[in-house]
Amino acid sequence: MVTAAFFYLFSGIAIASAFMVIAAKNPVHSVLFLILAFVNAAGLFLLIGAEFLAMLLIVVYVGAVSVLFLFVVMMLDVDFAALRQGFLQYLPVGAVIGVIFLVELLLILGTWSIDPNLVRTPAVGIPTQAVMTNTEALGVVIYTRYAFLFQIAGLILLVAMIGAIVLTLRERTGVRRQNIAAQTLRTTATAIEVRKVPSREGV
Amino acid sequence: MTIGLIHYLVVAAILFTLGVFGIFLNRKNVIVILMSIELILLAVNINLVSFSIFLNDIVGQVFALFILTVAAAEAAIGLAILVVFFRNRGTIAVEDINMMKG
Repeated sequence: MVTAAFFYLFSGIAIASAFMVIAAKNPVHSVLFLILAFVNAAGLFLLIGAEFLAMLLIVVYVGAVSVLFLFVVMMLDVDFAALRQGFLQYLPVGAVIGVIFLVELLLILGTWSIDPNLVRTPAVGIPTQAVMTNTEALGVVIYTRYAFLFQIAGLILLVAMIGAIVLTLRERTGVRRQNIAAQTLRTTATAIEVRKVPSREGV
Repeated sequence: MTIGLIHYLVVAAILFTLGVFGIFLNRKNVIVILMSIELILLAVNINLVSFSIFLNDIVGQVFALFILTVAAAEAAIGLAILVVFFRNRGTIAVEDINMMKG
């Protein structure tokens, strides 16, 4: 009963905030509603028993991706009102396609069922909470069976990081930068010039 | 009133549709389109995790983990491209992004 109540709470808020993401006038509000949607999806994951992914959703999506979005939205000096011009122009076709899509998805969900034989033969079963936690169970699988995929995922992140840095890095001309090597290599000999000035003549 | 697999799938379907709808609705604003893609990926993750739990197979959660990785990489690269584009052209409107005449 409590589970059902929490399910409806989390899913209701998630859906409402997902709607606000696409309907909000201000993109900053969109990002904030995106964060709310992710937090509630994490709640759904907790409810269903995937604790590790719930925490990962909070850390990765709320902590990193949404904040990145927030940075970019606030950094770009764009007239977002102009971008909303013709907002309602696309509403009918979008609504038609969206409704058709949703109805089709729900029809599929309403008509299919799981082969009972499939349930008895999982690739890797989920151990009960008494045996090991969700995080442990995931770790046991990821670092053995899917070790190569895990490393490839790490590589994807590395490439994404390098790509983002390479894309946004720019060498600006006319900017004075601190050159630490040049500073530390300075000695008295290079820094001070002693001149013998003949008297009564000046330099 | 038990919450079964079908409930989670319906939530995921609605989120997915909202994401697709968002791409149509905010055709001019790349940032909101990227956010809609994040919503779509979230819906996919909910699907995978709920199937994983209800079929008692942890591989679905491993897959969701990898989708999370790809989503994070995609967001980072997409926003980096957006920043570079804005720096060069001074706009992020989708209809102005036509240099390659695609």
